[in-house]
Amino acid sequence: MLHAVSLGLVLFGLWLMLSGYFVGLLLGLGVASVAVIVWVAHRMDVIDHEGHPIHLTVRAFLYWPWLIREIVMANIHVARVILSREMPINPSVFKTRSTQKTELGQVVYANSITLTPGTVSIEVDKDIITVHALTRETADDLRSGEMDRRVTSMEAHPDSHDPLVQTTKGPVQ
Amino acid sequence: MMGAVSAAVLVTMVMAVFRAIKGPTVYDRILAVNAFGTLTVVLISVYGFLSGRPEFLDLALVYALINFIGTIAVSKYVEFSHMGRPSGGDELGDI
Amino acid sequence: MAVVLDIVSWGLLALGSFMLMTGGLGLIRLPDVFSRMHAAGIIDTLGASAIMAGLMFQAGLSIVTVKLGLIIIFIMFTGPTATHALARAAGQGGAAPQLDKPEKKNKKRQEEGKASSKT
Repeated sequence: MLHAVSLGLVLFGLWLMLSGYFVGLLLGLGVASVAVIVWVAHRMDVIDHEGHPIHLTVRAFLYWPWLIREIVMANIHVARVILSREMPINPSVFKTRSTQKTELGQVVYANSITLTPGTVSIEVDKDIITVHALTRETADDLRSGEMDRRVTSMEAHPDSHDPLVQTTKGPVQ
Repeated sequence: MMGAVSAAVLVTMVMAVFRAIKGPTVYDRILAVNAFGTLTVVLISVYGFLSGRPEFLDLALVYALINFIGTIAVSKYVEFSHMGRPSGGDELGDI
Repeated sequence: MAVVLDIVSWGLLALGSFMLMTGGLGLIRLPDVFSRMHAAGIIDTLGASAIMAGLMFQAGLSIVTVKLGLIIIFIMFTGPTATHALARAAGQGGAAPQLDKPEKKNKKRQEEGKASSKT
């Protein structure tokens, strides 16, 4: 229920920001379409702490600045590799273990890997992620496990210490 | 200056098209088309500022979403040769 | 104040254009499809975001800024998903990555037939 209300609020905020008109008719149409979408999402059974992770909000805002800094550094590194005359690349494929407890955390981790240039997650099998790395530096950077640790500390395991998720169906796995 | 930015985007688009034409495998072509889609989003936004009509941003938003769906659909189609049921027996369907 | 904003904006736009062209160059220069994904990653992340951020500083605080921010968020969320889908399709379709260290080779991927679907 909390998730449905939150989803409705987010969608209505999106409607307001995208339309920019504050006329009665358009606001009414917005409320109607938001209601329809929340109903359809409820019928599809996708409104839970996985499809709409409000319990991550605060920690996600703590994680993103670090991720953005990491993305910028990786961008500069890969750009230098591409622009240098002899292109010192050492492509490698290796497997790394993710320590996240939930599937949502694994998705966040795999997407963070792909989002930083220089590493692409090719395949996710249970908790083993196959990664393609462009250079040795990016591969070592990932193997140091800093990103894994940060994602793990960001995702809260639903049944541990999160008051919001107690209302939902319990742990994922 | 906006003109210079759109020129840079156009030059990059030419590079992406080169890769899409030359690319040895079909995956190179999909990758190039995906990058081309991102560049199109950027170009539409910059053009909106160039012509002083920020309404173009709505088109850019929609194009970003369509580009994503298109890449997923084409990847899936190339991998499984159809869009429907999973072919491998396990969870191969949900890519 | 306005001058500072303008300088920051032009700086971001110049950085974004440079990153876009670098990514495009990488798309041409790099040897195989998996390496080229990293070049496309440059275009998707810093290239597009820096240009959008530069446009944000041009627009000032209005609904246009919000829309630009939404475009950045959409690209940041959908980009890696699309790249991962493509990487997985390429891996299962038999496109073997060129590797530098032979001991790290993924045997299974190598053995999966060369039935690569060329057009």
